[in-house]
Amino acid sequence: MKNLLTMEGVDRATLDSLLDDADEFYEVMHRPIPKVPALRGKAVAMMFFEPSTRTKMSFDAAAKALSADVVSFSPGTSSLKKGESLKDTVLTVKAMGVDLMVVRHKSTGAAWRVAEWSRLPVVNGGDGAHQHPTQALLDSLTLRQHFGTLEGLRIAIVGDIRHSRVARSDAWAFTTLGAEVTMVAPPTLLPPDLTGWPVTATSNFDEVLSEVDAVYVLRVQAERGGASVFPSVAEYRERFGMTDARMARLKPEAIVLHPGPMIRGIEIDAGVADDPRCKVLEQVTNGVAVRMAALFQLLGGSRDE
Amino acid sequence: MRSVMSGSDMGRALRRIAHEIIESNRGTADVVVVGIRTRGGPIAQRLAALLEEIEGHEVPCGIIDIGMYRDDIDSRPRIELGPTEVPGDIDGATIVLVDDVLYTGRTIRAALDALADLGRAAVVQLAVVVDRGHRELPIRADFVGKNLPTSGSEHVTVRVAEIDGEDGVWIEGPGSDQGETT
Repeated sequence: MKNLLTMEGVDRATLDSLLDDADEFYEVMHRPIPKVPALRGKAVAMMFFEPSTRTKMSFDAAAKALSADVVSFSPGTSSLKKGESLKDTVLTVKAMGVDLMVVRHKSTGAAWRVAEWSRLPVVNGGDGAHQHPTQALLDSLTLRQHFGTLEGLRIAIVGDIRHSRVARSDAWAFTTLGAEVTMVAPPTLLPPDLTGWPVTATSNFDEVLSEVDAVYVLRVQAERGGASVFPSVAEYRERFGMTDARMARLKPEAIVLHPGPMIRGIEIDAGVADDPRCKVLEQVTNGVAVRMAALFQLLGGSRDE
Repeated sequence: MRSVMSGSDMGRALRRIAHEIIESNRGTADVVVVGIRTRGGPIAQRLAALLEEIEGHEVPCGIIDIGMYRDDIDSRPRIELGPTEVPGDIDGATIVLVDDVLYTGRTIRAALDALADLGRAAVVQLAVVVDRGHRELPIRADFVGKNLPTSGSEHVTVRVAEIDGEDGVWIEGPGSDQGETT
């Protein structure tokens, strides 16, 4: 593996090996000394051109738990404000002597360009509404921990599919790992064309509720125009919210996932968010473990395979 | 490939090592046997079983993976990780680390670092099936199944039934087949 840019087209063996390694790093995280020297002497650059707190913190924690050094970049105070091009910024950071870049950017494909320019291993930390591969890995790990395997699971992804890089990443990872995925959203929040996606779609949440093993609740993303495409928050909650009433209709062993930050009262009721079957905090912990696995696989091992 | 230890040779060597572990620790009160993945794992389990058989009480046994502690990650294609499972608290324990072959000592160095992250053992001892020499670090074994003088170009293979279907030690490479008909 040279880069981790997308979940589309990544084969089963690669996913399994990342999740297997993540299991070992999960164990490391629960030791009295939750740190290993695996990436001592390596430097990871956090290139977050779009605001992010939790993803950046998670990558940071992952890099540090592997003993890598971290250099960070914040767009608000950087030379980008002074008119420097993205390419020059990337080459400048590379010249400081970093070994890997984690890139988040509002534009689709940004991480690919950074990989091309930098010739370093790159992890896509989210590019616009396109991909967020480590999110899909942490979601897959959470499902695998709970069910043992994703093989044969039925998973509903509910909400703003159209603007969601999480949905785009999860759809590929979940199906490659053997699950069946149904996208649940109002037509205005589905991508215009689902051809080529390995999923089915419906606008009737209640219809699939009792059949699924997991409900993946997406956040209503006001910053990507998500709030303007449905008439009212109350109506959204009524039809697509993971309410207490819907929770009661799930299979008893089914679980609820959410990428965070949760907006209680809109896409998820407080009672659901606090239910032990809601795995949000496990997802956060697993996020560090899968990011350790990604950094370890990209930096551990010779480049010239 | 030339056989240097048969399955029964290996069994006798492990039994002797078990007695040596008991003798040097005056019993097995605080002993925890920890195998280094991969082949150290089953060998450690056998030693723990022998210790239990001789001393009459259970001896905890674990396994550690050193993938996260290697000093050569840049020169290896891809490092496979495996589970690390060490029972209980190792603070104050007498750890007997177990591996199949002792060679450069780098694996043991990594294993010592891995152990230190799990707790502060009172004593760490090392048991190996074969010591083939050529150390690159100041490390020695406390318990050795067989000292095997080798050249650097030879390859020593330890097989264990749990993984390979048979027990035994073989050597191959230039010179090792002299006078042998196989």
